[in-house]
Amino acid sequence: MVTLNDYLIASGLLFAVGFAGVLLRRNIIIIFMALELMLNAANLSLVGFSRYNVQNGLPDYNAQVLVFFIITVAAAEVAVGLAIIVALFRAKQTTHLEDLNTLKF
Amino acid sequence: MNAAPWIILFSPLIGAAMIVLATEKFKRISSYISVAAVAISFVLSVSVFRGEDGSAGFTWIDLGSFQVKIGYVINELTKLMLLVVSGVGLLIHIYSIGYMAEDKGRSRYFAGLSLFMFSMLGIVLANNFIMMFIFWELVGVSSYILIGHWFERSSAADAANKAFLVNRLGDFGFMLGILLVWNTTGSVMFDEIGQRWTSSATSPLVLTLAPLLIFCGAVGKSAQFPLHVWLPDAMEGPTPVSALIHAATMVAAGVFMLARTFFLFVPSVTALNVVLWIGLLTSLLAALMATQQDDIKRVLAYSTLSQLALMIAAMGLEAPQAGMFHLFTHASFKALLFLGAGSVIIGLHHEQNIWQMGGLRQKMPVTFWTFLVGTLALIGCPPFAGFWSKDGILAAALGHQNIPAFIAIACVTFLTAYYMSRLFVVTFFGETRSDTAAHAHESPMVMTIPLVLLAIPSTIAGFPAVVSIFYKVPEHEGAVAAVVVSSIAFLTGAISGFLLYREKAKDPIDIPLFENRFYIDQMYEVLVKWTQDLLANVSGFVDRWIIDGGFVRGTGRAAWGFGFALRFLQIGNLQAYAFLFGVGVVLLLYFILFGAS
Repeated sequence: MVTLNDYLIASGLLFAVGFAGVLLRRNIIIIFMALELMLNAANLSLVGFSRYNVQNGLPDYNAQVLVFFIITVAAAEVAVGLAIIVALFRAKQTTHLEDLNTLKF
Repeated sequence: MNAAPWIILFSPLIGAAMIVLATEKFKRISSYISVAAVAISFVLSVSVFRGEDGSAGFTWIDLGSFQVKIGYVINELTKLMLLVVSGVGLLIHIYSIGYMAEDKGRSRYFAGLSLFMFSMLGIVLANNFIMMFIFWELVGVSSYILIGHWFERSSAADAANKAFLVNRLGDFGFMLGILLVWNTTGSVMFDEIGQRWTSSATSPLVLTLAPLLIFCGAVGKSAQFPLHVWLPDAMEGPTPVSALIHAATMVAAGVFMLARTFFLFVPSVTALNVVLWIGLLTSLLAALMATQQDDIKRVLAYSTLSQLALMIAAMGLEAPQAGMFHLFTHASFKALLFLGAGSVIIGLHHEQNIWQMGGLRQKMPVTFWTFLVGTLALIGCPPFAGFWSKDGILAAALGHQNIPAFIAIACVTFLTAYYMSRLFVVTFFGETRSDTAAHAHESPMVMTIPLVLLAIPSTIAGFPAVVSIFYKVPEHEGAVAAVVVSSIAFLTGAISGFLLYREKAKDPIDIPLFENRFYIDQMYEVLVKWTQDLLANVSGFVDRWIIDGGFVRGTGRAAWGFGFALRFLQIGNLQAYAFLFGVGVVLLLYFILFGAS
């Protein structure tokens, strides 16, 4: 029997993997992908809550609608983000984070 | 109500106001207004002198239990002092017409003189401490104006400042004394204080402290040690001003005030002793300083110090009558001496060094003879005025069984005779020692007539027959001994001075300690500089490091410092930001979920 806790643990692990990727990887594209992973972890927990929060025999669809919003926004964000990364690469000829520190004091 | 005292008081003030407001353009008129004002005061003083005692006044400020009154009291003391102040003042005013004839600031000068007379008459007439203190301060202001009359000279401006500031020091004590007396007796009126002072349950400390604080005022005004330093410097003013300050007004105010408030001193032996010994010390120091001065006015200045100190000492010997008697005679012969010195100075075109004079006997006969009278009166040669009054003080010392004081006064008598004969011989006898002295000429009539008029009281004011008109001098025991000792002292002094300085071209005796006035001025200079530097350093430190450094720049520095510390967090590493962000979220969640419990 799969319980809500299993979903939440899977979601938390997914989020931790994504966060670790953001913190530890050096390539900005990988970091970007890890960021998407964290979004999907959030989606997973939302769907899990939706599925297990049954009222009048129906799951709570509000959460699932929110998931769609997140997917849509994430798609838009990926488009903008990748465009920025391409522009950054054109300007700096690099996608490594160590070289992107011009705003540093 | 008798109007005469009010007219005496306000006529010089009105004169001063008229000069200031109306006659700045007509300098000649301003001097006549001033003379007329003081002449009115003098004539009315004579009528008051012949009239009845009495007092009157009105309430000026009414604050419930505390009332400040403006009023006058006429008694023996007031009558005598009114005559001295207005009489000597009048002659000095007349003399000033001649002395200041060439001066550009003549209107200002005469306005200042009139203001001075007004202030001094106010002190004399005052029947309470508050009024006396107001006029006391007015004397300070007007002396400042007059001493600094030639303010273009920095020495005159400095002397005026010095006189004013040193007087303020004494006045501070005077004010504290007035407050203490008021606090103790609940009154500032002299007659009420006199009734309550000993009868009220006053603590012995207050009985001693209050007169000593009051005495501080006299120490300042009458230039007693250690506040005597302003008086010799006040010679920077015009010579008639010196005469006025030294003879009739300013310095006499201190002695007069002591006589007026003498009832405060009577119960306290300590206070009387302090007064006595301050007086004797000043008298001796000043007489020693006078023996080595080269400036004709400075010699006279130190002799004033010395004589005033004798009057103060007389107060300390519980003989205020003797002190006031000496003040009375001293006023006439000291005014005479100063005006004579002024005549010499004018005759020699503002030469004041006695070693540049000499042989003036033939060239300035009137000045010579009148100056001789003044000198004889000052050194206490019988039968001139000074002999009688100085004798009174000596007799008081004997009557008090105070042998040290008697010896000190005898020493002062000796020194006085010595330095005055030195001054007289060097100035008027011997060879003429400079070109200016060779071309000296006698002063105009307007200056010599006051000299002659002043010579009369200097000669006769001491005779018992004359004195009895003005004053009742009580008989002292042992007066014969006093006469003998003072005669010996003055004779030896005068003869030694005469023999030492006859036909000399320069000073045969050189004692730098006396010439430099015991280095007291230098000590004050160092002391004042030291305290001032210390204060300046402390306040500079506070300003620079606490106000500026702490409050002003401190806030700026703090903001800058926080920014400086925080910018090390801006390491430019995106992942570090993300990590911190994550840590922040975790902490926030922790506090939201678990922190509340």
